Amino acid sequence: MSRKIIPYILLIPTFLIIIIFIYWPAVYSFKLSFYRISPFGNRMIFVGIRNFKNLFHDPDYITALKITAIYVSVSVALTIFASFFIALLLNMKVPGTPVYKALLFIPYAISPAISGTLWSFLLNPVVGHVNYFMSKFFGLRVEWLTTKPYALYAIIIASVWKVMPFDIIFYLAGVQNVPDDLLEASTLDGASTWTRIWKIIFPLLSPITFYLVIMNIISFMFSSFAIVDVMTRGGPGNYTTTMIYKLYLDAFAFQKTGIASAESVILFIIMTIVTIAYFYFGERRVHYQ
Amino acid sequence: MRRSTRRKINVILAEIALILITMVASMPLFLAVSISFQTPKEVFSYPPKLFPKSLYLHNYASAFDLVPLARLILNSTIMAVAITLGKLVTGLLSGYAYANFEFKGKNISFATLFATLFLPAETVMIVPLFLIMRKFGWVNTYWALTVPFMASATNTFLFRQHFKSIPKELEDAARIDGATPMQFLIKILLPLSKSMIGGAAIINFVYAWNMYLWPLIVTMEDNMKTVQIGVKMLIDAEAVNNWGVIMAGTIVVLIPTVVMFLVLQNMFVKSLVRSGMKG
Repeated sequence: MSRKIIPYILLIPTFLIIIIFIYWPAVYSFKLSFYRISPFGNRMIFVGIRNFKNLFHDPDYITALKITAIYVSVSVALTIFASFFIALLLNMKVPGTPVYKALLFIPYAISPAISGTLWSFLLNPVVGHVNYFMSKFFGLRVEWLTTKPYALYAIIIASVWKVMPFDIIFYLAGVQNVPDDLLEASTLDGASTWTRIWKIIFPLLSPITFYLVIMNIISFMFSSFAIVDVMTRGGPGNYTTTMIYKLYLDAFAFQKTGIASAESVILFIIMTIVTIAYFYFGERRVHYQ
Repeated sequence: MRRSTRRKINVILAEIALILITMVASMPLFLAVSISFQTPKEVFSYPPKLFPKSLYLHNYASAFDLVPLARLILNSTIMAVAITLGKLVTGLLSGYAYANFEFKGKNISFATLFATLFLPAETVMIVPLFLIMRKFGWVNTYWALTVPFMASATNTFLFRQHFKSIPKELEDAARIDGATPMQFLIKILLPLSKSMIGGAAIINFVYAWNMYLWPLIVTMEDNMKTVQIGVKMLIDAEAVNNWGVIMAGTIVVLIPTVVMFLVLQNMFVKSLVRSGMKG
C-alpha cells in the first residue's frame, strides 16, 4: 500500500462519524428551521424565516435568552476565579495537598444529573443540611428550588461545583509552569502577594483562562440541561428555562420540530461565533505544556 | 528572618483555606453516602443527622426495586465501553495520520475536525439527529446510544500530539527494517502510548457514562434507559421523597467513574491537560 493512500484510509472512520452524525444534522437543522412540520414529521410546509421571527417575538424565548446569558456569565466568572485561587493554594504544596487534590477533583467524574440530585437534597427545605445551616445561622428559610431568584442560585451552585475541577486541573498545570525565578524576582522587588498574583501570575496564565472560558461556556450552555431537568424542570414558571431546556421542551414535549430546529440553528450560530473568537484570539496563545 | 515568618504564616493560612474549601466541596458526596445508610426516620429527623446510627442497607435494595437499576447499569456499561473503544480506535488512527503523514487536504480536514469541538451534537442538534436515528431505525437501540459518539476531535488531538513527541528517527529505523506503517503503529507506537491511552480511556468513559440528554430522548422503554436517567426515575418514583433511597441509587451510579478516577488520577490529569492546551 502506498504511503500516499494510507493517511486517507486512517481518516475514514473518524470522518464517516463526524460527517454523518455532526455535519449532516447541522445542515439538516438549517433546512428544517425553514419549515413548519407536523408532529410526526410527515407533512412539511416551507415558511421561510417565520420560525425565527416567531421565536424572537415569543416572550418565553426572550426570557430563555436572558436567563441563559445571566446563568452562563455568572457561572463562568465564579468558576474561573474560584478555580484560579484554589489552584494557587494547591500549588503551595502545603502538607496534605495530595489529599485535597484528590477530593477537590472528584466532581469531575460526577455527572451533571447527579450534581443536580445531590444539591437538590442539600437544598431541600425539609431534610436538607444547607437549608438547616442557613436557617440556623442566618435565619434564612428558603424554598430553594421553587422560588425566584433562589432557583437560579441553586442551579448555579450545582453547575459551578461540577465544572470547577476541570478548571483547577488546567490552572494547576499552568501555575506549575510559571518559572520560579520570575516569582522570586518579584518577591525581591518587594511586590506584595496580591500584586504578584494579579500583575504577574494571572496575565501569564491568560491563554489558559481564555481556553477555560470557552470550554466553560460550552459546559454551562449544554450540560446545564441535566441540572435544570433534575432540579427545577425550568421552573418556577419558566424562570430557569435555559435555551437548551427550551429547545428540548419545544422539540420533544410540544413536538414543534420546525421551531426547535430554528433554536438549534441559533445555538449553532452562537457556537460558531465562539469558535471564531477562539481562533481569532487564540493566535496569541502561549503553550505551556 | 522576617521573610521566613511571613512564609510560615502564608503556609498556615493556605492550609486552613484548603481544609475549609475541601470540606465544603466534599460535603455533597459525604452527606449522600451518610444519608444512603440512614433509616427514613433518621432522614426526616430535625436537625438533620451527619452520620447514620448503623449501616441501614435497605435503601440500596429499595433503589434496585423501584427502578430496573441492574439493567440500567448494564446499558450504561455497554454504552460507555463501546464509546470508549470507538473513540480510542478512531482517535489513534486519525491522530497517527495527522502526526506522521503529509497529504493533500491535511489542513482543511483538520480544521473541519477541530470545529466539531465546539458543536456538541448530542445537545445542539438533538432534533435532526433524532430524525436521522428514526430514518436508520435506530431509535431505542444501542446503536443510537453509541455509534454517533465513536469519534471526537479531542481524541485525535491527544494522540496527534503524543505521536508528534515521539522521535522521528524511530519511524525511519522501522522503515529501514521493512516495517509497514501499520506495523509501526501497532508494534512500536501503541506500546509507547499506554499511559496516554489510559488517560483518554478515562476521559471517554466518564463522558459516556455521564451523558444525559441524548439517552433521555433516544430511548423509549425503561429497559433501554441509562443510569443517569435512572437517577431521575428514582426521584420521580420516590413521591414521598425518601431521600435515603434516592441517595443510595445515586451512590451506585457515581461509584464506577469516581473510583476509576481516583485510582488513575495522575494518568488522567496528564491526558486531559494535553488534550486541551495544544489543540
